[in-house]
Amino acid sequence: MSTETTANETFNDSHVLDPAATTLSQESISQEITDIHAAYRQSVVEGKKAETQPRIDFAPYRSSLLRHPTKNLHHVDPETIELHSPAFGERDVHALESDLTIQHNGEPIGERIVVAGRVLDGDGRPVAGQLVEIWQANAAGRYIHKRDQHPAPIDPNFTGVGRAITGPNGEYSFTTIKPAPYPWKNHHNAWRPAHIHFSLFGTDFTQRMITQMYFPGDPLFSLDPIYQAITDQDARDRLVASYDHSITSHEWATGYNWDIVLTGSNRTWMEDEEGEN
Amino acid sequence: MPQAANTQAPALKLAPTPGQTIGPFYGYAMPFDKDNELVNQANPNSVRLHGVITDGKGEAIPDALLEIWQADEHGIVVSKDGSLVRDGYTFTGWGRTAVDNVGHYTFTTLNPGATEAGKAPFIMLTVFARGLLNRLFTRIYLPEDTAALASDPLLAALDDEQRRTLIATREEDGSLRFDIRLQGDLETVFLSYPRGS
Repeated sequence: MSTETTANETFNDSHVLDPAATTLSQESISQEITDIHAAYRQSVVEGKKAETQPRIDFAPYRSSLLRHPTKNLHHVDPETIELHSPAFGERDVHALESDLTIQHNGEPIGERIVVAGRVLDGDGRPVAGQLVEIWQANAAGRYIHKRDQHPAPIDPNFTGVGRAITGPNGEYSFTTIKPAPYPWKNHHNAWRPAHIHFSLFGTDFTQRMITQMYFPGDPLFSLDPIYQAITDQDARDRLVASYDHSITSHEWATGYNWDIVLTGSNRTWMEDEEGEN
Repeated sequence: MPQAANTQAPALKLAPTPGQTIGPFYGYAMPFDKDNELVNQANPNSVRLHGVITDGKGEAIPDALLEIWQADEHGIVVSKDGSLVRDGYTFTGWGRTAVDNVGHYTFTTLNPGATEAGKAPFIMLTVFARGLLNRLFTRIYLPEDTAALASDPLLAALDDEQRRTLIATREEDGSLRFDIRLQGDLETVFLSYPRGS
């Protein structure tokens, strides 16, 4: 939770900024996305199951080319350690860490928002007492991270990091500033839709996930190869928060609701099955 | 220990939220003080677990974040809180580390014991990286109990080359060495589980 430099922030960023990639046009990247999506929709028409996760092999996101396994994931029956998850609690996270607007002496610049929702497992059960971590760019689209050299202002009153422990019904709430879109080097004139990174734990470590929450109606959605790596429209929609006026508070902050569904617990049904035997 | 038959896993009632890449800018947010020290180095039972993560060209990946989750040396799953404050005495079983500029990582931990008699002990590993659109899971097996390794259901289902990617090497000083290859020759075997999505 500090802004101090960590080891991985100091290296040269030449590997991040691929000069060759920046010559690609948005049009050609968009065409690649369109072709992959069309092939996916056709496969669903032909009876293939709808996809719920991003492709890890998704060429329009150029950094994925050498960083995805080429072999299928090996399906395995979970064993003891895989049926449990690390525990976090009040000892780990102070209640004030969920307010990203009070971490410095002054008020951060930007649109104050509250993002609230619940963490559920794939059976709809609340994930209670578990760690949620977020990080994000500021209202100008700039991260505190040393390697972010986008020429937009740093806000001395905004770090953009928060943590919370979910309540008994899986609920969480963060007070923050609405992040802005920012440019990146995947191709020429590439811009990421505004997003907040979320890191989540479940009741089994196999439910561990990191994802990104987006804001409704972002005009950059169709152009973004990271978001579009999720080939299924319904699945993509699950990463978009809803504006929620019941979360909005009078003369203070606008509100967004976003519920997160993890994959299924294996411990519950495997234990049930053992009980029946 | 129930033996799952994958075909019997009940379907999810809700559609799971998709994952996304961790991106390049987690370095000021996710690491925390002593995040990779599950035990203090002064602990006489401490062991170094280390290795490098490489891409499809064999080049080091300098922007990956790794997490491990494991039982203690007696095979007990502890599930104690306090990981984020690291008091130096509480073994919580969980650790996190950002790899360094040359893709190298180190955890200070314990050799996990077998969670059941005759089972091969292993550490769960999760990989996040820029360029990796969703997290990957794998297992780091300890090399010593060759009988347990030989009867392990996962290892038995793999060919020799694949099996080698999941078994750590014990170095002369007692350290465990485990390299992660996201793609290419000796690509690490990554795992999926019932009810994954």
